[in-house]
Amino acid sequence: MTNSRDWENGGPEMDRRGALECMVWAGTGMLWALSRGLPSSISIGDAKAAELAKGAFTFLQISDSHVGFDKPANPNALGTLQEAIAKINAMPVKPSFMIHTGDITHLSKDNQFDDAAQVIGSTGLPVFYVPGEHDVIDEGLGKSYLARYGKGSSGSGWYSFDQNGVHFIGLVNVMNLNAGGLCNLVVEQLAWLETDVKALSASTPIVIFAHVPLWTVYPEWGWGTEDGARALSLVKRFGSVTILNGHIHQIMQKVEGNVSFHTARSTAFPQPEPGKAPSPGPMKVPSEDLRKFLGISEVSFIKVNQPLAIVDKTLADA
Amino acid sequence: MSNIFRARPVTGTAGGRGILAHAGTLFVLLAFALLAFAHVSNATESDLVPVAAPTNGKTVEVGISNFTFTPNELTIAPGTTVKWVNHDDIPHLVAEKAFAFKSKALDTDESFSFTFTAPGVVEYFCVVHPHMTGKIIVKAGGA
Repeated sequence: MTNSRDWENGGPEMDRRGALECMVWAGTGMLWALSRGLPSSISIGDAKAAELAKGAFTFLQISDSHVGFDKPANPNALGTLQEAIAKINAMPVKPSFMIHTGDITHLSKDNQFDDAAQVIGSTGLPVFYVPGEHDVIDEGLGKSYLARYGKGSSGSGWYSFDQNGVHFIGLVNVMNLNAGGLCNLVVEQLAWLETDVKALSASTPIVIFAHVPLWTVYPEWGWGTEDGARALSLVKRFGSVTILNGHIHQIMQKVEGNVSFHTARSTAFPQPEPGKAPSPGPMKVPSEDLRKFLGISEVSFIKVNQPLAIVDKTLADA
Repeated sequence: MSNIFRARPVTGTAGGRGILAHAGTLFVLLAFALLAFAHVSNATESDLVPVAAPTNGKTVEVGISNFTFTPNELTIAPGTTVKWVNHDDIPHLVAEKAFAFKSKALDTDESFSFTFTAPGVVEYFCVVHPHMTGKIIVKAGGA
């Protein structure tokens, strides 16, 4: 199903190699892999996914845990986070680390940060965070988040690190907001990004993670980053770029040439599809179905100059 | 404190001085108390309660529902207090566009009030969802 005119500026593109560009609503997991230079989607059963990921460098993306949320859409967001973490703790082969793409807490309260850290910490895995807008609404508008997770970062909390030959970049697009605008990255962060990737060879796989989608998903609901295109142009030359975002509490995936976009489910509550509700607030579903809408994502690096393989699992999956 | 008292040997004269000193202290304390009481009874509201600006006693509500401020544009007279009330299941944070004022994060059913005194146009937004904006027009004779 393609609806690209709604989700991107300039309409669908085909790159020179005739790569397929596809925008997929994923209720179940879709695995993208490159085979003989052409991307193809594989419906994954666990066995196929496991085969592809065997021995591969794998990490997890979790997002939007909203610890402290207790409204009808999910009276116990901390509880569903615990369920997600329990699934991680039960994995026979552990991922190398986790990335949390923000909205760790619901109201930036100290006890919410504490609870989240305690539950997530039980995995024993290293965790790399970027803040969501719900993490920077303390009295100091971000001071609480930075006091906990800002170490080694610059500005409003951006940073990068390398793991298994992959270069990871955490960007912050929920601070320095302008009235009436979309989220933005600001000039200082973009200047840092330009310097950060300057010396890297084009074959270095790049993973950028930020809370709000870096591309324009739905501006009416604030689902986009005003200067996101600037960031994407700075990594255009790389053979494999993966953008991991959260914020919209549902899976959206897109491949544009060498760039793969992926937004993760929340572990707290789902949100409506763009335009399908009066506003992007929490979406109430029958409580027995809630866990089909919550989940985590496994991301594996399979081969150089190919997209990373992303497997989305819901809390309802075994 | 007790150390100081212990260090002063209580002789006859010192004891006398001590009693005077105690009486003196008591007098001073009483005087302070009387003065404070007088201050309170003569005090105007502005001495006791740090009110940012004079109010006309009127409060108008702006509801926040479905990520929208309603009424989105509000005209008020100077001295009117605006009270934002959050009806969404998601928190919002109200701030003037240059942060001349800002609320704390407002959870469901929480509110924030601000009294507008100077005439003019005030643009505000939600810090959590910056695409949410609203306007207050303060003018004499405003509703």
